[in-house]
Amino acid sequence: MKENYTGAPANRVDGRAKVTGEAKYTAEFDIPEVAYGVVVNSSIAKGKIKRIDTSAALALPGVLQVFTHENRPGYTWLDSHYQDEDSPPGSPFRPLYSKEIMFSMQPIALVVAETFELARYAALLVQVDYEMQPHETDFKANLKDAYRPKKYKSTKPPEPRGDAEGAYDQAALKLKETYIHPPQHHNPMEMHAAIAKWDEDGKLTVYDKIQGVQNSQKYLSNAFGLKPDDVHVISPFVGGAFGSGLRPQYQLFLAVLAARELKRAVKVVLTRQQMFSFGHRPNTLQEISIGASTEGKLESVQHHAYGETSRFEDYHEDVVIWPGVLYHCDNMKVSHQLVGLDVYTPLDMRAPGGSTGIFALEIAIDEMAYKTGIDPLEFRLRNYTTTDQSKGLPHSSKELKECYRQGAERFGWDKRSMAPRSMKEGNQLIGWGMAHGAWEAKQQEASAKVVLSPEGKLTVSSATADIGTGTYTVMSQIAAETMGLPLENVTFLLGDSTLPKSPLEGGSWTVASVGSAVKLVCQKLQEDLLKLAQKMENSPFKDAQPEEVSFANGQMFLTQAPASSISLLALLQQNEGKPVEAEATQKPEKEQKKYSSYSHSATFVEVQVDEDLGTIKVTRVVSAIAAGRIINPKTGRSQILGGTVWGIGFALQEHTVMDNHLGRFMNHDLDKYHLPVNADTPATDIIFVEEKDEVVNPLGVKGLGEIGIVSVTPAIANAVFHATGKRIRELPITLDKLL
Amino acid sequence: MRPFSYTQSPDVTTAVQEVSAQGAKFIAGGTNLLDLMKIDVMSPSHLVDITQLALNTIEETPDGGLRLGALAKNADTAYHELVQTRYPLLAHAILAGATAQLRNMATDGGNLLQRTRCYYFYDTHTPCNKREPGSGCSAIKGYNRDLAILGTSEHCIATHPSDMCVALAALEATVHVKSSQGERAIPFAEFHRLPGDTPHLDTNLHPTEIITAIELPAKGFAQHYAYLKLRDRASYAFALVSVAAALELEGDTVKEARIALGGVAHKPWRVPEAEALLQGKPASKENFRAVAEAYLAGAKGYGDNTFKIELAKRAIVRALEQAISMEGKS
Amino acid sequence: MNSENEPGNAVSQRPTLPDSRPVTLRVNGTTHHLQLAPWTSLLDALREHLHLTGTKKGCDHGQCGACTLLVDGKRINSCLTLAVMQQDKAITTVEGLAQGDELHPVQQAFIDHDAFQCGYCTPGQICSVIGLVNEGQAKTLDDIKDLMSGNVCRCGAYANIIQVAREALERNTGL
Ligand SMILES: Cc1cc2nc3c(=O)[nH]c(=O)nc-3n(C[C@H](O)[C@H](O)[C@H](O)COP(=O)(O)OP(=O)(O)OC[C@H]3O[C@@H](n4cnc5c(N)ncnc54)[C@H](O)[C@@H]3O)c2cc1C
Ligand code: SF4
Ligand code: FES
Ligand code: FES
Repeated sequence: MKENYTGAPANRVDGRAKVTGEAKYTAEFDIPEVAYGVVVNSSIAKGKIKRIDTSAALALPGVLQVFTHENRPGYTWLDSHYQDEDSPPGSPFRPLYSKEIMFSMQPIALVVAETFELARYAALLVQVDYEMQPHETDFKANLKDAYRPKKYKSTKPPEPRGDAEGAYDQAALKLKETYIHPPQHHNPMEMHAAIAKWDEDGKLTVYDKIQGVQNSQKYLSNAFGLKPDDVHVISPFVGGAFGSGLRPQYQLFLAVLAARELKRAVKVVLTRQQMFSFGHRPNTLQEISIGASTEGKLESVQHHAYGETSRFEDYHEDVVIWPGVLYHCDNMKVSHQLVGLDVYTPLDMRAPGGSTGIFALEIAIDEMAYKTGIDPLEFRLRNYTTTDQSKGLPHSSKELKECYRQGAERFGWDKRSMAPRSMKEGNQLIGWGMAHGAWEAKQQEASAKVVLSPEGKLTVSSATADIGTGTYTVMSQIAAETMGLPLENVTFLLGDSTLPKSPLEGGSWTVASVGSAVKLVCQKLQEDLLKLAQKMENSPFKDAQPEEVSFANGQMFLTQAPASSISLLALLQQNEGKPVEAEATQKPEKEQKKYSSYSHSATFVEVQVDEDLGTIKVTRVVSAIAAGRIINPKTGRSQILGGTVWGIGFALQEHTVMDNHLGRFMNHDLDKYHLPVNADTPATDIIFVEEKDEVVNPLGVKGLGEIGIVSVTPAIANAVFHATGKRIRELPITLDKLL
Repeated sequence: MRPFSYTQSPDVTTAVQEVSAQGAKFIAGGTNLLDLMKIDVMSPSHLVDITQLALNTIEETPDGGLRLGALAKNADTAYHELVQTRYPLLAHAILAGATAQLRNMATDGGNLLQRTRCYYFYDTHTPCNKREPGSGCSAIKGYNRDLAILGTSEHCIATHPSDMCVALAALEATVHVKSSQGERAIPFAEFHRLPGDTPHLDTNLHPTEIITAIELPAKGFAQHYAYLKLRDRASYAFALVSVAAALELEGDTVKEARIALGGVAHKPWRVPEAEALLQGKPASKENFRAVAEAYLAGAKGYGDNTFKIELAKRAIVRALEQAISMEGKS
Repeated sequence: MNSENEPGNAVSQRPTLPDSRPVTLRVNGTTHHLQLAPWTSLLDALREHLHLTGTKKGCDHGQCGACTLLVDGKRINSCLTLAVMQQDKAITTVEGLAQGDELHPVQQAFIDHDAFQCGYCTPGQICSVIGLVNEGQAKTLDDIKDLMSGNVCRCGAYANIIQVAREALERNTGL
């Protein structure tokens, strides 16, 4: 029988490396004679550096150099040379470019010394005088100057359909509310780091924390005027990123610059505080108006978003596509405007746009359900859509109704009473809330390579990343299953820019894209093996077509006549002891364009809110997920569990606080920026609903990295309403808002 | 972090001698000092390591109290049998603070001397009177969610972040200190200061003095107590407001009440006159609320933290209720 | 910008650069003789000097638990202590848990329960679970969750970490 590796839970193939400490993250590569770089950041948000005095730092024995805008070498400074695969339209930030300060905590110098401690000390001795200019960092105060970008980074907001304003005026029931969430920072546990080393032949080797080694490679070759082949970027393990590694961050540029000038390997590791000095999820305000009939039919939905961006790039994400994806309504109007501030450019952060738009929309829908007096789940059923109205395309598959059914049953939703404040235990008000969500299933072009050794070991590779998502494991499973080999015989390589081309690891598209390429390259390998078999004397495979042979248990055989088989080892002997190799590129099929493809979720949440003290505890979460085929339910479940924790943080805790006098984020560490801890963990139940999709990609997968978070946040907010009768529309929902 | 020299002291006499050098400081668990040294908020030029001093024992005193050596670890203190049985309020308060790891490192003496967690105090790029006298207080008009509502001054609205100290204030502990000049005992209420116009001074301990012990009086309120800590996540966060409540009851009547608040002032906050309102009164919600009102009578909010005034009142009432019912405590 | 309530923070007294001195660290049963300045944290001594990078740096300020290791069987944050202060103590890091090829039961349980994703917080979590067992203070599920809260996991693997900790307590798999 064929081993079904995909669809079965498998332990992580990199598990052992991770639990023994053998897995090497960027800053951990042992490079002889490495020098340490520590970054100095600006105190002010806007202005100019009048004077930067590095003499005291340089006077310390062991300090090698202090790089500033004054002494940086004259490399290329063209905008286009600093753009990367994830750059928003605009002029990207160029470290040490000029004396101009554009945001608080801007990197303004790199101190390089023999030891980390010395570099850290010398950084304190760099004296900076500024010419201050008034800054604007107050999002709400600057809404009046919101603008529509010339070019949208992500999807252009869909055109209006029907007459949203007219239908709203006519509607029996109306809701018009504003929803806000604050800036948030990614804060992966591993801080951003880079080690740069110039080899004697003028080639550059770089270890970088990044979600796509080839993005760093391209960025460096442009910024430093190098041939891409002369830049080798390595990143086998990434200690979380959640989007922070989609763009090369400044530690990379600075490490390379210093290494080049000093002719010495240089390591730059950001501090936790500096993890707040670059991209973040933007502060966003959303105005939603909904008109509905008394029977709970949506008559009109308007969704207008305002998102923060920097002065130099137009960051935008898909905040307002969700009404069209999630609901049927013939009158819709949406827009997305930007508010330019003196901050660093926002950066995609786990479920960018989706977690933002869906949190607001799903609270608004809950509010409307209450206006109609219809159960929130029933309300959603009444407005169910099988097409994506914003694109005017049918969904390639959509088992959301099954998510509702299974989730509600597991949770016991039918026992819920509609009235707020109707459940109580002692001082604790109990609330049940629900929401649903979606995330687009995308596939990008990706390549992979496979090598089957004479010993029957399979090595598959692609320049993708594993940021904790399970790429190593899932790709190994796909290859093992396709080739009919034991999982132990398969090794997957990633995180090396010399490997076949892969897209950035983001958007939940890695399995769909790289996984499909892995499958394709294995199929190509099978064809090569078939050809080898056909060369053998009296081969039963002589006239066989590729689709007529199967691979299992280390054997190749005729599907219709399994007795006609040959072991791969025997086949490989035919190849004179040489490995068999194949390379392939998988592109999305044209057929996909005729459909809209999304994964879906329905989340049910129970909270306890202290009646007097306002403390909130999420006690129970049930999330039902329809995301196509689940290759590895074990690692897949972990993705959704993680998304659940993110949803809790989003709803109740995360908030980077801007001090508008100083133009500076003030809670820039993990004591003051709260991430959920173990004690915040609810009892969590994850259901994967079966969903077949033959269109979305050759594997039928939809991705799990982001769908787990989107519906959790609004479900919590809705549960808090159910518990307390208080509708909180500005996140995070902290106890003071419930007093 | 700036360079410093380092010595390890074998005994108290040497330690107090070594610390009298300019710029010298003791280091115990290091959990607060090294944190602040790394971001240049504190920068001693010499560290006197006192971890080898024989000050880590927990012993009964002749008059029935308990003496906590200054170097006893927070975890060892909280889990100590005599603390658990006779001063459970203290055990609960300690365990509500920080994490298992930090409590394994942090010492009791160091806990008293931990500095504020004010955002601006932690960022040398911003004005802060506590860090740099005369530079101004960024928090008063800035972000002040975590900061004080009681006993503030126009120069500083920082809070003392300790949980342990809130219980010690309620229990009326005494701090024993020593220097080359001799020894003295400081009542807990006089140990920490209010910011006034000297916000750079947290306590009345002289820099050349070492804390040798913290003494708990015999009365431990083990029958009726509660430590209630309200914070922005379920663990590993400093208090927005915390309450140490200790009651002595006779039937339903309060014989003695002790209430100390954390997270609201530059020191653990007690109002003995307000506590006295309960004396001889029935332990009822109305009476608790009256005490709570009296406790917060002089409170002042600064915007982000104004909610703490009402929150503290409700927390006092709840803590007193919990002290009465002793629900969930063995 | 700096000042304290001290008799002096006089820079004149400050050594220009700290002298390094012999420091002896006993890590996973091996004694290492190092030459270190006092300003080197235990964490940096392990990672940068001994190249034992299993112990992670996630904040350098006691705010995340990634640097958790065991000293004399108890868990501490190695970022908030100086290497010179930890001489001659028994330091156990994640590298010292497996016996040859055989993983420590807690390590194996992390794999079996998929109690990690990116793996960066994992060595700290593993040491913390072992410390939890050694310390013997966790009686209830809420105790476990609270006493494991000193290890932040941004990937959000808590639900599975709790399973590991429960199992470790049941089987008493400490050091
Ligand atoms: C992330 C984080 C979270 C925390 N959360 C909490 C919390 O929720 N609640 C809470 O209460 N605490 C919390 N803490 C603080 C922790 O409790 C303190 O840092 C700890 O108690 C300080 O003790 P230490 O021995 O490590 O002091 P050290 O850092 O060694 O010293 C602190 C100060 O005390 C001086 N000192 C130490 N011992 C003596 C002595 N015997 N005599 C004279 N001077 C001395 C030192 O010179 C130094 O100035 C937290 C800490 C961190 C890092
Ligand atoms: S409140 Fe005190 S510690 Fe905070 S900024 Fe003001 S002076 Fe500094
Ligand atoms: S690195 Fe030590 S607690 Fe974060
Ligand atoms: S596994 Fe990534 S931070 Fe815990």
